[in-house]
Amino acid sequence: MTVMDPRDVFHQEARELLDQLEEALLDLGTSSDDRDLVDCAFRALHTIKGSGAMFGFDEVAGFVHEFETAFDRVRKGSVAVSPPLVQVALAAKDHIARLIAEPGLHAADGETILKKLRAIVSSDEDSGRSDSFAPADAQASAAEPSRVQSPLQTWRVKFRLAENALVLGANPVLLLNELRELGPCEVSVAVDAVPPLESIDSEVCYLDWEVVVSTDRPRQAIDDVFIFIADGMELSIETLAGTVAESPRDDKAATTKAVDVDKPRDSTGAGAKGGTSVRVAAERLDELMDRVGELVIAQARLSQLAVASDDGNLKNVAEEMERLASSLRDTTMGIRMVPIGSLFGRFRRLVHDLSHDLDKEVDFVTAGEDTELDKTVIERLADPLVHLIRNSIDHGLEVPSRRIAAGKAARGQVRLSAVHTGSEVAISIVDDGAGLDADRIRAKAEEAGLIAPDAKLADHDLFQMVFHPGFSTAKEITALSGRGVGMDVVKRTIEGLRGRIDLGSRPSGGTTVTLRLPLTLAIIEGMLVRVGQGRYSIPLSAVEECVELPRDAEAGNSGRNFLNIRGHLVPFLRLRELFKTRTAIEPHQKVVIVSAGESRVGLVVDQVIGNSQTVIKSLSKLHADVENFSGATILGDGTVALILDVAHLVSFGQEFESRLRDERIGRAA
Amino acid sequence: MRTGIHPGHAGRAMTALTLRLQDEVFAIDAESVREILDVVPITEVPNANAFVGGLINVRGRIVPLADLRLLFGMDRPPPDVNTRIVVIEIDLDGEPTIVAVLADRVHDVSEIEAATIEQAPKIGMRWRPKYVHGIGKRGDEFIIIPEMGRIFATGDAGPSVSQKRG
Repeated sequence: MTVMDPRDVFHQEARELLDQLEEALLDLGTSSDDRDLVDCAFRALHTIKGSGAMFGFDEVAGFVHEFETAFDRVRKGSVAVSPPLVQVALAAKDHIARLIAEPGLHAADGETILKKLRAIVSSDEDSGRSDSFAPADAQASAAEPSRVQSPLQTWRVKFRLAENALVLGANPVLLLNELRELGPCEVSVAVDAVPPLESIDSEVCYLDWEVVVSTDRPRQAIDDVFIFIADGMELSIETLAGTVAESPRDDKAATTKAVDVDKPRDSTGAGAKGGTSVRVAAERLDELMDRVGELVIAQARLSQLAVASDDGNLKNVAEEMERLASSLRDTTMGIRMVPIGSLFGRFRRLVHDLSHDLDKEVDFVTAGEDTELDKTVIERLADPLVHLIRNSIDHGLEVPSRRIAAGKAARGQVRLSAVHTGSEVAISIVDDGAGLDADRIRAKAEEAGLIAPDAKLADHDLFQMVFHPGFSTAKEITALSGRGVGMDVVKRTIEGLRGRIDLGSRPSGGTTVTLRLPLTLAIIEGMLVRVGQGRYSIPLSAVEECVELPRDAEAGNSGRNFLNIRGHLVPFLRLRELFKTRTAIEPHQKVVIVSAGESRVGLVVDQVIGNSQTVIKSLSKLHADVENFSGATILGDGTVALILDVAHLVSFGQEFESRLRDERIGRAA
Repeated sequence: MRTGIHPGHAGRAMTALTLRLQDEVFAIDAESVREILDVVPITEVPNANAFVGGLINVRGRIVPLADLRLLFGMDRPPPDVNTRIVVIEIDLDGEPTIVAVLADRVHDVSEIEAATIEQAPKIGMRWRPKYVHGIGKRGDEFIIIPEMGRIFATGDAGPSVSQKRG
């Protein structure tokens, strides 16, 4: 283990803060007078500035400082939040991200953004000040003229820093000094909480302060002293008798636990839960999952031994182990689960920008942000979802004039939702746009020779055509009906996650894309089969049914490899031929019918052993060229079994079969 | 103190695990060796490169099993009582990777004097030179020091492998 590069830490932290900033800004676009949001944005900015300077990102710190200065007017309430302001602020946020990613390359852009920001901020202001900004307190008084002459007021401020405040760089002395600047102070300290010397942690602040301060400044000024360290601290501010009524902002409870009011809209992961959270490197989680997988395997072996033995005690222990191992596995898998809201948040910006660029008004609605998915799945979902949402807005939604002509509201709607269904999560992207043009798709598919001219296809099957590679690149259809570019990539990614993708559409009623994904990639339910001496696991989600191989097909020389399953022709592959198994053909072979994409295929095996929980382990790079297997697993008896990659296997089988056919024809000629 | 395989660099001996593949003695850098196992059930990987045609379970980890005898054009009799599996860690495209190799017999860990290690001769060898890092001598015996990095770099795609010698 190496020590983490502090710059990496900064990068990571900055990314999260920028996300937080962006979210707050986007929220401000809709509810422009929410003070909490402004504060949240401001805090994010300030932290980026502070840690940027600390880790030598001076350029970043410099820009953020300017941004912050301009934005401060918004915080003081002297400038109202407006759509152009949000737009510029978002541009500034992107600029910060660029500065962090590629220092020294973008310095020039910054000034343009700041100019715009200043123009908006100062034009909005009544007093018409020049570009240079007055100090913050002067600002505040200008903005809140009613409080300028407020009489001297005495406040009792009690505070106790969060346990980790000192580690995070807070300095109580500076806080006290800041309070002193507000007016004459009486400071007393309570040392009751200080533990005996031997148990003192030198990095924890145990002191409770009580400050009685008399000031002519509003309550806000006192709040501001604590604004950047509010997380986790205890703070109570109350007026003492003989003073005027409290300022309007105090309609909240006077004593506020910072954690509760801190980020009401923060839906990104742990913060939202209000509890404490620990940041753990993703690799450690993967490692933990590996260990748990090993434990599950070892436990399965123990159970096998226990079943075979007469020892009652051993059986008891084995049962207890089984219970513990399975709950440990569930807990560990739970740790890897991340709410999908963290992903949805990113798309708000995409929609905001697209609607701006394309001049289409879009309502972006999300639902089911709490739905949890394995973190690996979520990471890999980002690109396909960006693609689908972009499609919906760019091609699906009509321009406002056409929408009105079609009798719809001018504002289009794109709805992104996630919901649990059994062991799957269904994510749908629904728009109320023009829908897919079935006739155009059919024409295009016929032209490309994908379907016969007179083939009768249900719309559902017809829509699947857009996933065909190459189909999508056809310019005409992209311009007209819209869907296409890169849909094959989307489909591949989803299938790579062992998911499925459904497409539904009504003419002028919009399009629905539904992605169905397994909850986790780490463990699957598998069907164990035997071919020759090898045992293989087939993902149960792909299995449709098992049938006996008809006697006449067993010999394998009948020339046709089709089964009749309730009137449907299903081609089958002999795995022993595919795998070049050397043992003699056994009687009573079975066929496992699996579905791969649109087609069903039978896999001929020697024996169906049964179902089992399968801990998936990926194969090493040395086997990267073997595409028939998506991974391997360890069975109860400690041996390794390969997991079949159904989609690849089918295409491999088709190749194999056509080669076989060619050979036969060659021989016959 | 790390002792790598550096033939031609004077003064550096090599601590190596010696093992036998058919009639030849091979030496593997002892520091790369993780463990030595008795033969365990081997799962065949259909349609894989025969050189890494198997998988084994090493303490819950699925590890590819390689048969160096194939690369060196040797006979491959089935495992017997002396057969062992040597689990080693190699650098595969910059990633540390655990692989296992079959050995007909494992001898011992010994020092091979730097002075006795020579570059593989260009002629007089039936093996492909790129797989041989050097030839050491112990008594009358020659010891082949295989170039593990290159052997495992995608099985057989030699040219893409970067030179490790500095």
